[in-house]
Amino acid sequence: MNKVWLIIQREYLSRVQKKSFLLATLLTPLIFPAIIGLFLWIALEDMDKPSLRIIEVVDENNLFFIESSEQYAFSFSNTSLDDAKAMVQNGERYGLLYIPVIDLTKPSGFTFFTMQSPSMGITSFVEASLKRRIKEQRLYEAGFDPKILESYRTKVSVQNITLDKKGEEKISSATVNYVIGFITGILIYLFIFLYGNQIMQGVIEEKSSRIVEILISSLKPFQLMLGKIAGIGAVGLTQFSIWVLLITGLSSIVTGYFGQKMPQQELMELQLDSTGQSLDNPSEFVEIIQVIQGIDFVSIILLFTFYFLAGYLLYGALFAAIGSAVDSPSEAQQFVFPITIPLIISYMGLFVFVLNDPESQVSFWLSIIPLTSPIAMMGRVSFGVPWWELLLSMTLLIGGFLSTTWLAGKIYRIGILTHGTKVSYKTLWRWLRSSH
Amino acid sequence: MNILETHQLHKSYANTTALHSVSIAIPQQGIFGLLGPNGAGKSTLIRIINQIIEQDSGKIFFRGEALQPKHIANIGYLPEERGLYKKMKVWDQLVFFAKLKGKSDHDAKVHVSNWIKKFDIQHWRNKSIDELSKGMAQKIQFIATVIHEPQLLILDEPFSGFDPVNAELIKNEILELREKGMSIILSTHRMESVELLCDTIALLNRSEIILQGRLQEVKQTFAADRYQVKLKPFTDQLPEGTLINKDQDIVTLEVSLNGMQTNEYLQNLMLMGEVKEFTKLIPSMEQIFIQQVKTLSHE
Repeated sequence: MNKVWLIIQREYLSRVQKKSFLLATLLTPLIFPAIIGLFLWIALEDMDKPSLRIIEVVDENNLFFIESSEQYAFSFSNTSLDDAKAMVQNGERYGLLYIPVIDLTKPSGFTFFTMQSPSMGITSFVEASLKRRIKEQRLYEAGFDPKILESYRTKVSVQNITLDKKGEEKISSATVNYVIGFITGILIYLFIFLYGNQIMQGVIEEKSSRIVEILISSLKPFQLMLGKIAGIGAVGLTQFSIWVLLITGLSSIVTGYFGQKMPQQELMELQLDSTGQSLDNPSEFVEIIQVIQGIDFVSIILLFTFYFLAGYLLYGALFAAIGSAVDSPSEAQQFVFPITIPLIISYMGLFVFVLNDPESQVSFWLSIIPLTSPIAMMGRVSFGVPWWELLLSMTLLIGGFLSTTWLAGKIYRIGILTHGTKVSYKTLWRWLRSSH
Repeated sequence: MNILETHQLHKSYANTTALHSVSIAIPQQGIFGLLGPNGAGKSTLIRIINQIIEQDSGKIFFRGEALQPKHIANIGYLPEERGLYKKMKVWDQLVFFAKLKGKSDHDAKVHVSNWIKKFDIQHWRNKSIDELSKGMAQKIQFIATVIHEPQLLILDEPFSGFDPVNAELIKNEILELREKGMSIILSTHRMESVELLCDTIALLNRSEIILQGRLQEVKQTFAADRYQVKLKPFTDQLPEGTLINKDQDIVTLEVSLNGMQTNEYLQNLMLMGEVKEFTKLIPSMEQIFIQQVKTLSHE
């Protein structure tokens, strides 16, 4: 056991001390807060300097009125079309909206003149304003008072509440569940691929440099394989924990920093809601916070850790077996391919079936079968999974990694000492069956 | 007492026999040459002794005890194709191997620093192997082999890859270890180093031991009845034998006595000419090796 521990230590330290590990571990988490920071910065910059753009409106009908927004002001000064065009050309106005005499039932001929082609934002803003104005005008002509109609407008939003057997109610949101399933599923997928490959490379290095002969004289091939898988897994967990800590830490610093600069309006809204006023119409922001508060993060993190490790162990053993059977990384490709298939199936299945319909037959089977369950089940957990399904899936997965480890061990112990033979599936099968 | 004995080792792979009834005895203190052409089964034998693989049948005794995993701490092994972790630092690597062979953390560090001093390589300790030249890496590998103070050292082609200066260094190191009482198995193709270093040899050919014993005795066995004669003949008549050289009036011949006593033969020889030289021919290990391997493959 001491020697297995020694192997674990070596695998762990030799990787953790590498410069590339430090860079990847420390820089990757910076990307997320940096992106968040960048967006917030851009948003705040826009707010600080609202470069008000004035748009001249030439309305032959004398009918339209468009309300100015924070970014765009509309001027109705009854200038002629030519004068207005000149104003645009010499920079006095950002743009010119020309409205010819129109038939309200078939409006056409609206033209927007600018020096630079206008953004989608302003175009759709103008279109919406015109549409509303035409609609109001037509209603008015038909004898309805638009003001009364406006007062009938009601906003409806459906709140999702999940019930559990104990009678507790939680606000849930399909979007938030989707995001959680998406992130955890992808993380496991990436982790298995990245670290599975590292196992394989490590085994090939030891085999091709014959270090393995010295190692195997001191401990059993199976112990060596387990030590390697455990050591590299520990590297992955370390990297992952640092990422989580850094990302949450830095993100909250970044949002906190910009949050202070945010207008107080949203905060006021939050306070109002919490004091009970206007609770019937909570803002989306507040709703998301309530949803997040309702998520059982502890069980998600525990399940994630389980599927993360068990999935890694299951595939790690297979990667180790491949590494032991070949003499070079290029030779490994033909054997890597078949084990990437279930990974890719679970990855595709995550998007096509699991996240869209976590309760479907396909989602169920994907999250039960050990080869696909680590990724597929994580896509389901935030939506809620019956405990017996979880138990079945976890039991099968434990059985799964025990059997892949056992199989891999049989290939490994012969593979690492075999050089120069072209290994085929037939050879692997022979190794599996041989007893010594 | 022998440090290691094998009794009737058998090992076969899928459809080839790698070892057939191999019994060798490796004496305490001294260098044992394990010779044989490629594919004779040397690597298999070495792997079995190192407990990397298991024999199909037969027994191995280490100092009289059946060979067990714990004996690995007493065996040092330098594989033919050298390998160290390329990205690992010299110091870490040596400490790792010492601990792997059963040394405590403290002992491992003490030994490593002693060897580093001995080979005068303190300035390498924080370099990784891929920063070192091939020869330097070989030295580190050698240290890694002996770092845990084994009683039996198995060296597979220890000189390959060394320049003459470093080969000399390693050779002296091997001799020094022998002086200290270590038993060494030297597997090699280089017969000149066998002559120079080995006390005992075993020749493995086609999975079987065909020759075994003390080097000098083996050579004497093959030396029997071969002599080199330099003669200035009186007439055209020459003794029976193979003509090696004819330099003006002196001929060099290789002869055998065919059961005659030396004196008797010389008397006859003296009648044929003036005897300039009469030497018993002791074959080199290389000749014995080639002759033995060839004869067997012609059978």
